[in-house]
Amino acid sequence: MNREEKAKKKVQVAIIGGGIMGTLAARELSRYDLDILLLEKEAEVGWGTTKANSGIVHAGIHEDPGTLKAKYCFPGNQMFPQLCEELDVSFKQNGILVVALSEQEMETVHMYYQRGLERGVPVRLLSREEVLAQEPNLTPDVVGAVFAPEGGSVMPFELAAAAMENAVANGAELMVDSPVLSAWVEGTSKFLETPTHVIEADLVINAAGLFTDEIAAMFGDDYFSINPRKGEEYLFDLDLEGLVTSTVFPVPSGPTSKGILVIPTSEGNLMIGPTSDNVPERADLGTSYEGFDRIFEQTRRLVPSLDARKIVAQFAGLRAASDRGDFIIEFSPTVPGLFHLAGIESPGLTAAPAIAADLPRMLEEQGYKLTPKSDFNPRREGIVRFRLLSREEQDELIRQNPAYGRIVCRCETVTEAEIVDAIKRGARTLDGIKFRARAGAGRCQGGFCQPVIMGLLSRELGIPVEEVTKRGAGTEQIYFAAKELLGKGVS
Amino acid sequence: MKRSDVDVAVIGGGPAGLAAALAARNEGASKVLIIERNHELGGILQQCIHHGFGLHRFKAELTGPEYAQRFINLVKETDIEVLLETMVLEVRDDRTIYAVNSTDGMLEIGAKAVVLAMGCRERTRGALRIPGKRPAGIFSAGTAQRYLNIDGYIPGKKAVILGSGDIGLIMARRLALEGAQVEAVVEILPYAAGLARNVVQCLEDFDIPLILQSTVVQIHGDDRLEAVTIAKVDENWKPIPGTEQKIECDTLLLSVGLIPENELSREAGVALDPITNGPKVDDTLMTSVPGVFACGNVLHVHDLVDNVSKEAERAGAFAGRYALQQQADAARRVKVEAGENIRYVVPHEISLDKPVEFFMRVQRPEQNVVLDLGGLRTVKKPSVRPSEMLNITLTEEMLSKLEGDTLTVRIVPQKEDGVDA
Repeated sequence: MNREEKAKKKVQVAIIGGGIMGTLAARELSRYDLDILLLEKEAEVGWGTTKANSGIVHAGIHEDPGTLKAKYCFPGNQMFPQLCEELDVSFKQNGILVVALSEQEMETVHMYYQRGLERGVPVRLLSREEVLAQEPNLTPDVVGAVFAPEGGSVMPFELAAAAMENAVANGAELMVDSPVLSAWVEGTSKFLETPTHVIEADLVINAAGLFTDEIAAMFGDDYFSINPRKGEEYLFDLDLEGLVTSTVFPVPSGPTSKGILVIPTSEGNLMIGPTSDNVPERADLGTSYEGFDRIFEQTRRLVPSLDARKIVAQFAGLRAASDRGDFIIEFSPTVPGLFHLAGIESPGLTAAPAIAADLPRMLEEQGYKLTPKSDFNPRREGIVRFRLLSREEQDELIRQNPAYGRIVCRCETVTEAEIVDAIKRGARTLDGIKFRARAGAGRCQGGFCQPVIMGLLSRELGIPVEEVTKRGAGTEQIYFAAKELLGKGVS
Repeated sequence: MKRSDVDVAVIGGGPAGLAAALAARNEGASKVLIIERNHELGGILQQCIHHGFGLHRFKAELTGPEYAQRFINLVKETDIEVLLETMVLEVRDDRTIYAVNSTDGMLEIGAKAVVLAMGCRERTRGALRIPGKRPAGIFSAGTAQRYLNIDGYIPGKKAVILGSGDIGLIMARRLALEGAQVEAVVEILPYAAGLARNVVQCLEDFDIPLILQSTVVQIHGDDRLEAVTIAKVDENWKPIPGTEQKIECDTLLLSVGLIPENELSREAGVALDPITNGPKVDDTLMTSVPGVFACGNVLHVHDLVDNVSKEAERAGAFAGRYALQQQADAARRVKVEAGENIRYVVPHEISLDKPVEFFMRVQRPEQNVVLDLGGLRTVKKPSVRPSEMLNITLTEEMLSKLEGDTLTVRIVPQKEDGVDA
């Protein structure tokens, strides 16, 4: 389709990118009387860096003083309990433990403790005995630790999807499968071209994650760059739940990483990772033997009983690190009405709610008029989680809707009703179902339920099974009907 | 919530569950219930449309569905109750079962005896930690089998199969018959993991290469699978640099092992054997939780369904007796241990007051050996291999000669003058 044939659309605010930053920005701005459009290049929101994030809500003791990371991390942390309650997403305030394995490492632990005190972050210094009493499966080599009880854990994808649902409920619009192909300025208007639309916007918020520098460059604004940094993660079977209760950090060995951690996710699975390696390619989401060996060796130093045979899944994500080494949260110096939310790497997830909450102030300072809506509803109801209900509640739910009596995913006990609900909320792919409803996320990794979920997606979306994808166009799982290849002479 | 009480509740309506339920009923248990999650009985056999089942049991070469149907017909002739599309969510150590379906809602079932017959699942890519990207087109062999044989879809036209387990070998032939190109079956061991007859009938007869001592070391493709890189491995299964070979394909099937599905068992407090991943059982196939029995692939992964049926009949009969309170406690108990070149033996404990059938697997292939059961019985074997289960029975008379509190099963070399065969 050439540009002239594409549908025209005019909005006040266009947000590019449906990661955690873009979706929370959309939700925040949907408090005001604005038309907001969020453009997401993938089939669903939250599928870039967000999807592969460790899910840690940092406490606010790691960040160097004077950085934007330090400015937004602790305030972001403080917003999570209410945010997750409003959006009905899982949040576990399991605390963060930075563990020293030598007297020398204790110096860093003391430094974090002091930082915590200075910033008002609740922190405690723990002796060896106190650490081991709290986490008996930690290595006996532990010397001491700093504990930040208000650190926590969320499912980043779930949070992004929930924030987007809430933004849409409050009037924002979402367009998926809509990468920005080109961008330009005419007068005070900014134009964005997608495969189907040409969008005119007064204000463009660039929250394109790994691609924020490319979006900026489309506007001729090439003053920063993104240097992707890869992290591999390995997820354990649910039956290791409880091996550690807090997120366990080592004392980091270098400046660009907080080290390789043992993470109890908010769903209960234990996860180890991430690595932290600069990579040249923005599509490089591969895992490696070398990455695993490094993660396993380092996390076994912290928790010696970790059992590699209990790993059920592995993945890698790319951090959108900027060449400034800090967040870039500012209006473009050259293009009026272009606002960058770039380089939102760790602790980006934690900081994102605080950055979003600070957006209205920054916009008003530039002369944008924001009128709060009287009917903004901050609440969103999540997908009912059958597995987490009592037997009586489960019984009652099946009476209301028999589809709750059909268990599709046996490993995570996910019902047909939950999967249908996920599809109604925008899940269009196997990965979307997995992330929203957890069907296929368990120990068999969809071995049993994937064909059933394919059937449900086909039925609910009204498309043939062959068109159902893992995560969008090009990722079809099934190529042919039985007998279709016969006599075709496949070479 | 609906409450009901039964004598014997069988969890799973596959070959193990069917045989166990029939045996429990024949033993005299009057209320026997099978709880099955699928919409039909038969379990995984329903997707195993190839032949080769029942050679021992029925002296006939049946397909999976045919083999299952023989048992389903027998069940239909009885008053055994069957709940279909019903998922057991919990088994408690007092043998209360919670299960759901869409018509009854939550069911609370009190059972005098429970038979665990939930079968097994396939190992995943994550468990192997195959490096590389995560494109579409990677399936466990059983999932691909279900797509093809139940749903009627072919995943792709150019496949590589990692692992030479039986399902992988069967699927190699199945894809070839459908007109797809199977580039290779890649096995990390120096020998095929599946049955010898499947290597001949599924690979050799279709000119499909079996590449031994090799594994997949890289997955290529951002969206759909584009290729895999395989490499030779050393004796520690580490890839040998420089031996890499890239094979273009759109589909990768994994047939790399089966894991008994014991999540319900574990929650019920059943003690598990770390080698089999199944419950520890005594010679009545009872687990560490009184009145809870186990059989079939949930107990240990079997080679032939015929052996599953046989084992399940024992479990069902003992469960029936337990429910009728006819099972006396044994005076003396003896532990069974896996000795030289024995990977595991089931049962784990015996009581010497009845004949016992032992099932076991070896650790590595060996030729001209003797299987020695604690000196009570020795059997010559021209060859043993891990893919083929060994089963052997000790009579009460043989058992009466056992001294000490341990019976060790081992594989020893044959002597020139030989032992009894």
